[in-house]
Amino acid sequence: MCGRRLTSTQMHPRMMAAGMRADSRPSSGGPPGSDLELLRRQHLDPVNVEFGLLMALSKGGMEERNPDFAAALSRATNDWQIDHWVRQEPRLRAGIVVPQEFPETAVSEIERCAPDRRYVQIMLSTRPTDPLGNRRYWPIFEAAERAGLPIGLHPIGYNGGHPSTGSGWPTFYLQEHYVFVACMEALAASLIIEGVFERFPNLKVVLVEGGFAWAPALAWRMDQHFEKFRKEVPHLKRRPSDYLRQNIWWTTQPIEEPPQSRHIVEIIDWIGWDRLLYSSDYPHWDYDNPSFSFKFPMTEEQRRKIFRDNALALYRFQ
Amino acid sequence: MSRHVVCPAAELPPGTRKLVTIGGREIGVFNVDGRLHAFHNRCPHGGAAICSGLIVGLSQSSGPGDYRLERRGEFLRCPWHGWEFEMATGQSWCDPRRTRLRNVEVKREAGSDLVMGPYVAERYPVEVEDAYIVVDL
Repeated sequence: MCGRRLTSTQMHPRMMAAGMRADSRPSSGGPPGSDLELLRRQHLDPVNVEFGLLMALSKGGMEERNPDFAAALSRATNDWQIDHWVRQEPRLRAGIVVPQEFPETAVSEIERCAPDRRYVQIMLSTRPTDPLGNRRYWPIFEAAERAGLPIGLHPIGYNGGHPSTGSGWPTFYLQEHYVFVACMEALAASLIIEGVFERFPNLKVVLVEGGFAWAPALAWRMDQHFEKFRKEVPHLKRRPSDYLRQNIWWTTQPIEEPPQSRHIVEIIDWIGWDRLLYSSDYPHWDYDNPSFSFKFPMTEEQRRKIFRDNALALYRFQ
Repeated sequence: MSRHVVCPAAELPPGTRKLVTIGGREIGVFNVDGRLHAFHNRCPHGGAAICSGLIVGLSQSSGPGDYRLERRGEFLRCPWHGWEFEMATGQSWCDPRRTRLRNVEVKREAGSDLVMGPYVAERYPVEVEDAYIVVDL
């Protein structure tokens, strides 16, 4: 969901169709993703959604630098999700937006919302001020683990206090879109190597819209170096790939499409069919319709896991 | 094959399009600078209602620093993933080998021919003196 009006000239590099499905602007005049009836008609009804997770992106409280405004914006965004969406549509669930750069306030907001089971995950920015595994964010992870809520990480266009690459902003949107992958790799590596999952073994992290085909290569590389660098990170009791397998989930959209579709099957075999969740990205331009977007063979059991069972096991929907 | 009258030709001037449902199937009919095109309203790539997409040209280049917009108005661009289809042929510019947009035959016919023939007028009483847009399914 995006609560901000976007035009193609507001930002650089230019996003495809200003980031939105060209048919997702409500006739009521609001921005894409602002109209419940249209959401039902374009997504919830035709693809038979049983549970849909809202991800309130835009400039929520996650990246706001004014601490009091960040806290107020987060509270408002969270209340709005319930009032405007979940209360009116029982298939929807909310994600707790937190003022992530102010962990104490973020913890308060998690504790305020978590008892309400209509919130099923905690949203964090993919471009925090420090690498996400930094200890100053640990109170947030502690609160998430205590509440039993997964953390969802979804890229937000041109968000964050840093350029999207270590050497500055990309020139083209194609570059920018690819950089989501590098960003996710850095997030996963930071969480693993800085010891977050060693300290919070039951913490669950869902990487949204960052692909997943890179995961085996990252794991092999980290494991290989781990043997040589072990004395630098003695707080890690297991191989990096063990944490990747235990604490991290991936979503499908936009799914990688190798020329030989069986190659993607091999990658999912490596990751595990129980770690991948269907995601739509509605109302963004690269929306994935489940009837069209999976161009590789799946068994009925594999299909059920990706579209249903994995999410039911991960999130508290009932 | 069955032929269906979509509308009087005057209701589809250049620069306009019309979405009609014939036999349960949605068909988009376009008048682009006088050229008529009709397609099933489903993108063969990702399933979007493609007939709501923009009509565009091709962004071409011989190398970095050279950019030209060519063949304006000849392509229909999907509202979701932006795949471009050549309207004259239905050929996908992204995946010409495997993906094709299904063209529907569409013509401008004189009312005097239609009142005699085996046509199905969906919503319009056909008058001899007018011209009509007709699709062939």
